[in-house]
Amino acid sequence: MHRNTKLAVSVLMATSMIALAGCSAADAGSDSKTLKIVYEKTDSFTALDTLFKKIKPEFEAAHKGVTVNLQPIQANDDDYSTKLALSQQSADTAPDVFYEDTFRLRSDIDAGYLLNLDGHLDGWADWSKFNEGAKGAGMGDDGSTYAVPLGTDTRGIWYSKPVFTKAGIAVPWQPETWADILTAARKIQATQPGVVPFNMYAGKGTGEGTVMQSFYELLYGTGDSLYNENDQKWVVGSKGFKDSLTFLDTLYSEKLAVDPSDALDPNVWKKVFGELFPKGQLGGTVEGSYTPSFWQKGGSYEWPAYVTDMGVAAFPTQNGDAPHGVSMSGGWTLAVGAKTKNADLAFEFLSLALNKENSLWYDINNSQIAVRTDVAADPTYLAANPFVAAVTDLVSVTHYRPATSDYPKISAEVQAATEAVITRQMSVDEASAAYDKAVEAIVGADKVTK
Amino acid sequence: MKPEQIAPTRGPNPGDPEPVGSGSPGRPESTEGGSRRRGPLGTRARTAARLLPLLPAVLLLLVFLAGPVAWSFYGSFTNAALTGREARNPQWVGLDNYITLFQDPVFPLALWLTVVFVVASAIIGQNFLGLGIALLMNRANRVVGSLVGLTVVAAWVLPEIVAAFVAYAYFSKDGTLNQVLSAFGMTGPNWLFSLPMLAIILANVWRGTAFSMMVYRAALNDVPIEITEAAMIDGAGGTKRLVLITIPMIKSSITTNLMLITLQTLSVFTLIWVMTAGGPGNQSTTLPVMAFQEAFRFSDIGYGTAIATVMLLIGAAFSVVYIRALRPGKG
Repeated sequence: MHRNTKLAVSVLMATSMIALAGCSAADAGSDSKTLKIVYEKTDSFTALDTLFKKIKPEFEAAHKGVTVNLQPIQANDDDYSTKLALSQQSADTAPDVFYEDTFRLRSDIDAGYLLNLDGHLDGWADWSKFNEGAKGAGMGDDGSTYAVPLGTDTRGIWYSKPVFTKAGIAVPWQPETWADILTAARKIQATQPGVVPFNMYAGKGTGEGTVMQSFYELLYGTGDSLYNENDQKWVVGSKGFKDSLTFLDTLYSEKLAVDPSDALDPNVWKKVFGELFPKGQLGGTVEGSYTPSFWQKGGSYEWPAYVTDMGVAAFPTQNGDAPHGVSMSGGWTLAVGAKTKNADLAFEFLSLALNKENSLWYDINNSQIAVRTDVAADPTYLAANPFVAAVTDLVSVTHYRPATSDYPKISAEVQAATEAVITRQMSVDEASAAYDKAVEAIVGADKVTK
Repeated sequence: MKPEQIAPTRGPNPGDPEPVGSGSPGRPESTEGGSRRRGPLGTRARTAARLLPLLPAVLLLLVFLAGPVAWSFYGSFTNAALTGREARNPQWVGLDNYITLFQDPVFPLALWLTVVFVVASAIIGQNFLGLGIALLMNRANRVVGSLVGLTVVAAWVLPEIVAAFVAYAYFSKDGTLNQVLSAFGMTGPNWLFSLPMLAIILANVWRGTAFSMMVYRAALNDVPIEITEAAMIDGAGGTKRLVLITIPMIKSSITTNLMLITLQTLSVFTLIWVMTAGGPGNQSTTLPVMAFQEAFRFSDIGYGTAIATVMLLIGAAFSVVYIRALRPGKG
């Protein structure tokens, strides 16, 4: 964001000044090695920061003369990836090890930012402990592996049992169709004024959250999809796309979700976790398996009662067709920068961060679904919170985003379509037509299919 | 009475200073003997010596002004990106970015919103409000004058990001404005959502008026009191004095001020980004916001720089108009 720009400008100015004055910049630190670790840190995501701070002294003690330079970037996911991409532009600023979202992975591999890890992984015994699906998350189009997953996630409906009970809905609740959700939401609206019945994210403000925790649960439950993997074409003009937009339109126009102006606030999710659910002012929403991490001890919005007050349900398909549930999965990885001067050291740091002990700690403290089979079988992992089993079950109905390098742009168009609909700037048909046109402009007419 | 008659009080005409390096006859140019006889060679050496101190400034301008402009211009003809295969090997794509831009449905909207923003917040808002406050301050007593000055300048001295958050806190749904309104029993709308352009225009007027006010105060102080008094004796009323005496006499300050605030407002980004981020939808997406979104949100650096280049041309067009208006002997 602006802070990046300012930083970039000041860096540019400083370097130009040095150049102008004719000073020769000394090769600082060429005798002692420094590993630069770049990752995201926010007020609600500190688990990785804690983990790195814990292993930094361990690593430095084991490797004399090596300094681990931790550089957390305090920004949301979008700004983090922009700042990361900017730092990749020069070998002087590029990180040695960094935290990377799986959905940006292929795009960044294409850009040449990630080091091919095949050679390193061959010599790492722990690699065989990672489950096959998770291994695929770090793979590039060429079949080589470029990143190692930290964990994965699933998404489902989180609902407030007290609010549902008050509305006369039996808990545990499991909707079978979209209509069941609307029925429940209308009951809540009728019985409890002031309570938001059922929220689903929409608009550009919540970024990937809008598509991962809302739109794709709808779209992938209609039988249509975003991308046809078989002929590698993007789907346009589908009925499912319009039906999904219509569902969001219904939620927002009947005031079953939050006010559209709140929905566009990038921080609306903080309100959901920190305020609405704990105060019993929200019936339900679609959120990730990491949800308990906000409420458990040490989380950003500690709320011990979540254990009894909250319930999890699978998001239903449109008309109750098999497989009776929809989930989306993503996840983050650790990768080694392609411009690193110390590839071996960087990989050693990565493998220390992802060994069994550290993976277990991270999966529990960040409510991740384990990708290491030995962690998944560990009793402390299963006992971490009462929802681990339920969200892990959702893996059987989960979908992944199309991991192509065009995906981030197309995702932005989906977000724009939802925003246009909930703010009533466009009808569902207009927004869907605008999306089709935008997709065609991005990937070309030969890469779309009806 | 014509303003030309009092021209000498305005100081030297911009056309007056002697051209650099031209030896003016009759004035001793150097104490060294024989230097005058050296002729053209001496003149050239002197010219070089006189230009030498300019060198650092010229270098800085080249690095920080011409460099980025040239890079942006070049980048707009490539498909440079922050990620994807184009990030590794940017290709020359000719006019593709500009063709896409002129076909982009958001572009005409962004262009229109930019014009609305500049005209409403700078040319009308800051300019007239600044002039009005400056005129009133000339008549007010010292205490009131400095109090008003301090209040107005407070918004100007705030760092832009702070000013933007203050404006956000003022206009947001549960912000100061709506709380004040509710104290009077009124319910304000969510300004940033339902009237985003009005909110950012008012915020920019609030933030930028101090600049115009200071320019005009300085200009008004230069209007000789005798002339105003003479007009008063001739029977000219307040409005007549303003239109016939004051405005023509500060004309060049007005033009300079207009040029500066137009260019400043054209590039306002932080204020809009913090307050509305260009939303809802694209309802407050001005060209700088659009350029930022394309370049850094969608990683399309080439397209973003094409928008930046168009902004540069718009700014240049405004500058040409103002510079022509500034030429001596016109109007």
